[in-house]
Amino acid sequence: MRGFWLATRLDISESLRARWFLFYSLVFGGIIVVLFLFGLTESRVTGFTGLTRLLVTYIQLSMAILPIFVLITTVRSLAGDREAGVYEYMLSQPVSLAAWYWGRFFGRFVTVFSPVVLAMAVAVIWGVLRGADVPVFHFVWYSLLLVSLSFCFLGLGFLISSMTRSSDVAQSAAFFIWLILLMFLDLILLGVIIRGQAPSELVVTLALANPLQVFRTASMMLFDPQLIMLGPSAWLILDAFGSTGYLVWGFFYPIVIGLLAGVFGFWIFRRGDLV
Amino acid sequence: MITLQNVSKKFRRAAVLDDLSLTLERGDRVALIGSNGAGKTTMIRCILGQYDHQGMITVNGLEPRNNRETVLKTIGFVPQIAPPLKMPVGELLRFCAGTTGIGVADIEDIGKRLEIDLGALANRPFVKLSGGQKQKILIAIAIARKPDLIIMDEPTANLDPQARQILFDLLSERGDLPVLISSHRLEEVAGLVNRIIELDQGRVVLDDVVEDGGDLSERLPCEVTLARPDGAFAKAIADWRFSPSNEDIVWTGEVAGADRLRFFGVIARYSGIIDGLEMGKTSRNLTSKGGDKNV
Repeated sequence: MRGFWLATRLDISESLRARWFLFYSLVFGGIIVVLFLFGLTESRVTGFTGLTRLLVTYIQLSMAILPIFVLITTVRSLAGDREAGVYEYMLSQPVSLAAWYWGRFFGRFVTVFSPVVLAMAVAVIWGVLRGADVPVFHFVWYSLLLVSLSFCFLGLGFLISSMTRSSDVAQSAAFFIWLILLMFLDLILLGVIIRGQAPSELVVTLALANPLQVFRTASMMLFDPQLIMLGPSAWLILDAFGSTGYLVWGFFYPIVIGLLAGVFGFWIFRRGDLV
Repeated sequence: MITLQNVSKKFRRAAVLDDLSLTLERGDRVALIGSNGAGKTTMIRCILGQYDHQGMITVNGLEPRNNRETVLKTIGFVPQIAPPLKMPVGELLRFCAGTTGIGVADIEDIGKRLEIDLGALANRPFVKLSGGQKQKILIAIAIARKPDLIIMDEPTANLDPQARQILFDLLSERGDLPVLISSHRLEEVAGLVNRIIELDQGRVVLDDVVEDGGDLSERLPCEVTLARPDGAFAKAIADWRFSPSNEDIVWTGEVAGADRLRFFGVIARYSGIIDGLEMGKTSRNLTSKGGDKNV
């Protein structure tokens, strides 16, 4: 375990020094600041709803920003380190490959997850201090969904880094994957498929398989249990799963995807050339 | 100590190591030489368990790919190009000390011997240091862990003569510790080794003994007499910490025995203005005046 914690610590301190982390934290902190102004304005009128709405808007923006941020920064630093010769030296140290890989995975997870949830927590605390009720249920579930989303894309980032030899290729692959998942969001491609009268099973399967869509539906479900604001596939999903069943799926499915991608990435990493 | 049996490594279709077989024993100080692309770095990376390969490699009877931690604990490695680590020096030392179970103070002690204050550099990003500073830090880390084997890729490229002498002393203090030194040029490392292995296109084309592999801590008192004072010579010889006398005509100092070929290479550039060169032979604890002189 010593090697694991050494690698974790190394990755966390490396991320804290990196410019991407500063920018990343500023983006999420900035979103909260901007949204909070609107949230406060609204809470004067609707009370509790103001803070909840702020969280909903925040979580929707997180869905747009967090995956691409996690993917690009992860593949840039991992594939970049290998390309620059950092691995040649660091992997000549007596640390097991599992400790090195999973230590960095965990360290990176802490650094991508913390600013997002911290910004959300600060918003809740600030709202409470201004007299709004605490939306504990929403806060806890949104945090869990963010854990799940971060983990999923971190796993994909590590998999891409293991499969590619240059940071340019890795970044292109990461961007491509993000675009594909974005295309299969409810309001875009799934809407088109339904218009073309595709079988509902296909639509539901596609929506359930896309971690971005799963996150989006689950987070909206917390705010809008009838999913009135969402598109057609969400209706079908709600009918098939029920609210609680879908929330459970929304939390576990992206984690499983991230874990599988991470494990597969580790398998590729350890069986081939390390540098 | 290290055995390579029919080791081959291909990148796509190009064979970089071609059915390579070698044995390195304790006490071997090996110069691994060859041109670019000969397979030196690939061979080192295979020994470090970083490359997948055909054939069998064992270090102390263990296969490096499957016994990473155990094998790498016994190897001190200094790469040819210092890694562009953005982390502060202190963090690098903590990581390396942590993986090997030594203290950061152990590395700092070796650093002091190499005339680098690692405590003062603790907060400086490693990547921002000079080539010589980086090299000294990597050497300090490699030696401080008290390895059973040292692997160095072009180890003296960025070191000044004084630092090279200290490196030779440090290696000498470790008795018959096996050392594998990769270099493009034999004269860079000839004084350090007792065996030469030359690679060409992934094959061993020369495996010979160096009879001249003497005491690494040996220092040779030297006196150079010029026909006239020369600014360029003064600058070059100052790197070797020679002192002038007789109006910059006579220069005296000490040259590490293992470094004398490199010294002659420098001196040769000024042969037109050199009137005399005298080099003695003495143990490092004796003064130069007591040594046997060889001219």
